[in-house]
Amino acid sequence: MARINLILVFALTACALGLVTSQHQARKLFAELEREQERAKQLDVEWGQLQLEQSTWAMHARVEKIARERLRMSVPDARRTQVVMPAAAVGESPGGRR
Amino acid sequence: MNYAASPVLVPQLPLWRSRLLLALIAGGFVVLACRAVYLQGLNNDFLQQKGESRYSRVLEISANRGRITDRHGEALAISTPVKSVWAIPEEVQYSSQQRAKLAALLELPPQEIDKRLNEATSFVYLKRQIPPEVAERVNELRIAGLFQNREYRRYYPGGEVMAHMLGFTGASDTGQEGIELAFQSTLAGKPGSRRVIKDRMGQIVEDMESIREAQNGRDLALALDAKLQNLAFSQLKLAVETNKARAGAIVVLDAKTGEVLALANLPTYNPNNRSRLSGAQLRNRVITDTFEPGSTLKPFTVALAMELGKITSESMIATASGSFAIGKATIHDAHRFGDMSVTQVIQRSSNVGAAKIALGLPAAAMWGMFDQVGFGSVPRLGFPGEAGGKLRAYQSWRPIEQATMAYGHGISVSLLQLARAYSIFARDGELMPLSLLRVDAPLAGRQVISPDTARKLRDMLELAVQPGGTAPKARVMGYRVAGKTGTAHKEENGGYAAHKYVSSFVGLAPASDPRLVIAVMLDEPSAGQYYGGAVAAPVFSAVMGGALRMLGVPPDAPLKPLELPPEGSEIKEGV
Repeated sequence: MARINLILVFALTACALGLVTSQHQARKLFAELEREQERAKQLDVEWGQLQLEQSTWAMHARVEKIARERLRMSVPDARRTQVVMPAAAVGESPGGRR
Repeated sequence: MNYAASPVLVPQLPLWRSRLLLALIAGGFVVLACRAVYLQGLNNDFLQQKGESRYSRVLEISANRGRITDRHGEALAISTPVKSVWAIPEEVQYSSQQRAKLAALLELPPQEIDKRLNEATSFVYLKRQIPPEVAERVNELRIAGLFQNREYRRYYPGGEVMAHMLGFTGASDTGQEGIELAFQSTLAGKPGSRRVIKDRMGQIVEDMESIREAQNGRDLALALDAKLQNLAFSQLKLAVETNKARAGAIVVLDAKTGEVLALANLPTYNPNNRSRLSGAQLRNRVITDTFEPGSTLKPFTVALAMELGKITSESMIATASGSFAIGKATIHDAHRFGDMSVTQVIQRSSNVGAAKIALGLPAAAMWGMFDQVGFGSVPRLGFPGEAGGKLRAYQSWRPIEQATMAYGHGISVSLLQLARAYSIFARDGELMPLSLLRVDAPLAGRQVISPDTARKLRDMLELAVQPGGTAPKARVMGYRVAGKTGTAHKEENGGYAAHKYVSSFVGLAPASDPRLVIAVMLDEPSAGQYYGGAVAAPVFSAVMGGALRMLGVPPDAPLKPLELPPEGSEIKEGV
């Protein structure tokens, strides 16, 4: 009888310690999860800011200005453009062929 | 002798004393047990709450406002978090050095900071919406009584180009103007909250429950084409500057789908920096302002007369005298050309011709025509402050009013209504529904006039932009263009101002299979020229040409360079 009790006491202690460790592990992992989620939010914000930056740099007015002034580009004359219609649509719009 | 057997130790106390003590102690335990049961079982809310407040916290989960993009997904409005610095004036303690640094970081004069901190309130904003990096440096000053909270700020990379279409949001990230206000409920996010357990260090150790899920606002794809918008804006700006106009507006519609591809106004403002805004800058003239359109309404009267079988495009109208008296009033044409056919009335924009055609029509039918193409009623786009214009009930029309309405006086419309009305000529008689958002499947229109009449009108409008018409400057190389000029005296103090005009042009192209409808309006051009054909038509031509090329619309006319007639030789329309 006494032996069984002793074994049970040991088992109980082991279980209790296990519970404490796993709880601690769980909390550590949860804190990590929290941190990662926070980081994800941060990155999301950064993504938004980068998108903003991208569209600011890529504003059509700015691109046009650089193309005209720095790269000396100009819009081709309509006479020098040729509109090619996709094969299926050629029959429908005679204006497209020249 | 046994110690225990000593007679001295034989208990002398009466038995009841020990019994009483036992009963009292037992009674005390019962009271304790009852109290325990009461506190832990029956009335446990209070303690539970106290206990929880020691470790659990409710956290706000912020939600983003949706982004606005153009039809190709290019970002036009994005919210990003910023910080606001606020203070409890009584608790603020800082050295003069700290004050100087704070003033420099917040870009405020030190006196201004003193003034705000001396206010007798318990809460004052020092500066709202500063970048997170600056907020971090303010934090490093470690000034007591100074706090920060997170807010969202909306940025508009397009700036003044898109200002009127997008509108803007206020300090709390709610829409105040334009699309931001019109689609507030779609764009706005719903912040959520959750309950967590925090440890002594303030770290979250456990998630208890989610009270409310945060819901981010939905992204919105507009019908707007950023490239086209930029083209329209820059051409309009050029025209407003060269003609010294007080204001200008332009709208580009897709004739196939009814989408608003571009919408620009001048004067404009920068939505990212809205200090010193004036009402004139904020006005969205395309949608919320109405004006007397002038000759651009003539095609509707002619179309109705043709529908009713009163005239054909070859009928001759007696316009030889160049003037026409109705009662006490007299209508004049700018030039005398002798008698004109109906086609020539449109081509040369004769007021006398249009008035004579109108007087042959029943007032109710004319009202019905205007009403059916959307004049006098709000377009219901959901845009804030949409104007419906003025279209009086036909029962109250006098003959002179019916005659002037034929050429666009005594009736007022918005530029958007005008552009939309012209869709009946672009779509073989069908009035299209408008859309500010990108549509995937075109919505069904409503047939207003017969396809045959619409095509005939389109042919007439094509002649109006040819040499001999009122707007040869509206032509576009490689495309057949159809359109109509409008020049109207401005209404002022109940009468018409002598030298103030509104010049406009509405047109569509390519005429063989219209793809775009563009309407341009310039308010009070004052650099000499004021006829729609000289002021508004060149804007139309530049935007239409560029837009058709961008959209890859095949040319439907020979690509010969256009020979513009010498300056000022276009046919003047009657004003």
